[in-house]
Amino acid sequence: MLELKNINKNYNPGTVNEMCLFQNFNLTIPDHQFVSVVGSNGSGKTSMLNLICGSIPLDGGTILMNGTDITNMKEHKRHQKIGRVFQNPAMGTCPEMTILENMSLADNKGKKFNLSRGTNRERIDYYRELLQKLNLGLEDKLQTKVGSLSGGQRQAMALLMSTMTPIEFLILDEHTAALDPKTAELIMCLTDQIVKEKNLTTIMVTHNLRYAVEYGNRLIMMHQGEIVYDRSEEEKSKVGINDILDKFNQISIECGN
Amino acid sequence: MESLLTILLGVLEDGLVYAIMALGVYITYKILDFPDLSVDGTFPLGAAVTVSLIIVGVNPVLTLVISFAAGALAGIITGIIHVKFKVRDLLSGIIMMTALYSINLKIAGKANVAIFSEQTIFENQLIDRLPKAFSPYVVVSILLVIVLFVKILLDKYLKTKSGYLLRAVGDNETIITSLAKDKGMIKILGLAIANALAALAGSVYCQSQGFFDISTGTGTIVIGLANVIIGTNLFRRAKKIKPTTAVIVGALIYKACVAIAIEFGASSSDLKLVQAILFLVILAAANMKKGKVKVHA
Repeated sequence: MLELKNINKNYNPGTVNEMCLFQNFNLTIPDHQFVSVVGSNGSGKTSMLNLICGSIPLDGGTILMNGTDITNMKEHKRHQKIGRVFQNPAMGTCPEMTILENMSLADNKGKKFNLSRGTNRERIDYYRELLQKLNLGLEDKLQTKVGSLSGGQRQAMALLMSTMTPIEFLILDEHTAALDPKTAELIMCLTDQIVKEKNLTTIMVTHNLRYAVEYGNRLIMMHQGEIVYDRSEEEKSKVGINDILDKFNQISIECGN
Repeated sequence: MESLLTILLGVLEDGLVYAIMALGVYITYKILDFPDLSVDGTFPLGAAVTVSLIIVGVNPVLTLVISFAAGALAGIITGIIHVKFKVRDLLSGIIMMTALYSINLKIAGKANVAIFSEQTIFENQLIDRLPKAFSPYVVVSILLVIVLFVKILLDKYLKTKSGYLLRAVGDNETIITSLAKDKGMIKILGLAIANALAALAGSVYCQSQGFFDISTGTGTIVIGLANVIIGTNLFRRAKKIKPTTAVIVGALIYKACVAIAIEFGASSSDLKLVQAILFLVILAAANMKKGKVKVHA
């Protein structure tokens, strides 16, 4: 369970550009919920993810993970239970290292990075098996540097790598936005499959309203640091893409766009 | 013919000494993408530690180990300045380099210390027993053993789990955080290894020269970077050649170029100018080969 309580966040405090994003922001995400988050640019979606992951400091409030206060926990420590996939496929893999080396790195998350052999040869067949599920032919390119793969291939690997070891939370930050429609579809199917298989508590920020409606069991719309629309479980199943679009237009008109 | 052999041996000796340091610069510059100027201070640090220990009769082989450790400590401090105090990479190195100048003087006692009459890894009772015909090759042979030892160890390390993390942090910092590891600690580790190697090179250098001089460190980073850039660019397309091998070959080629310049009449006071111009030529050539100008150093 993930709880955000009375979150305050200001950007550029003390300057003329000071902007208050979150004021008493609250959100609770129960275990095994798959939340899709939509909202216009600057509505605070990515900031929310960054606050949860500890990438940016918050000005007030508390963040609880399974009841434990993680407000002051360092970013890398939080990632012991969090897997994160970014919009930019380059963020989730090491370009100068081979596919095999990347898989070995990801496989060792949570264990010691000591002076033992970097790649465990006994695990290679297992990595092949995982890569085979992607249907991208990567299992035959283990010695290829990841930097020479396409964006879609790298994002598929990033998704695989971030969910390889036991984690509880999966943070997806517009992870299909930089991909072509066909690859995006593939990555989205893969995401859904992994989330269901591993029973992960997931937050997915997306600009694709269809994905937001089709996937997950809760839908949130954010606007200017507030949740303006929240539908879960049964309610969500009745929501159509046009309902969301209408709501979206309402917000935009209020803004004068 | 005789003189050519002497020159060749001289190039090999100097090249191999600086190759040890260049392997360290390879870690900071190529792997961590950190232009670490501390090596200008840690190279003479190794020399200062070595002369002060040899004079009081410490085993010369042991001085290598102690110099290595001293260099590692200096690297850790550079890392802490950069990671914990958030000082920019270049400035962290400059701070450490400047501080080490005085520290090196304190350790050595004065700006020049000779150890000609002392036992070193190149001159001791064991080596005296070797046949006379072998004596011109003693230094080169010992250096070759040290360089190969360091190279093989470094190659092995880069294939370990810890080595993977080191390579990953220069490649993509974000992934280190995603792996629930502190990227700062890994940078500090990389700087420790790099500066340990620079100090080891300094220790070997002063033992081969027979003296310590406070100014030996000036321009170490220029030599190191030149070695790394020559080596890695030369073997860029040769996938079978390990980067560590490329760096060692780069170090030898660089020293050969400097030796040629001296043969063509450059005096020893021109040496730094020759080094600087050579470095510029290497950088320019490397950029032109890429087809686009990209500032590297």
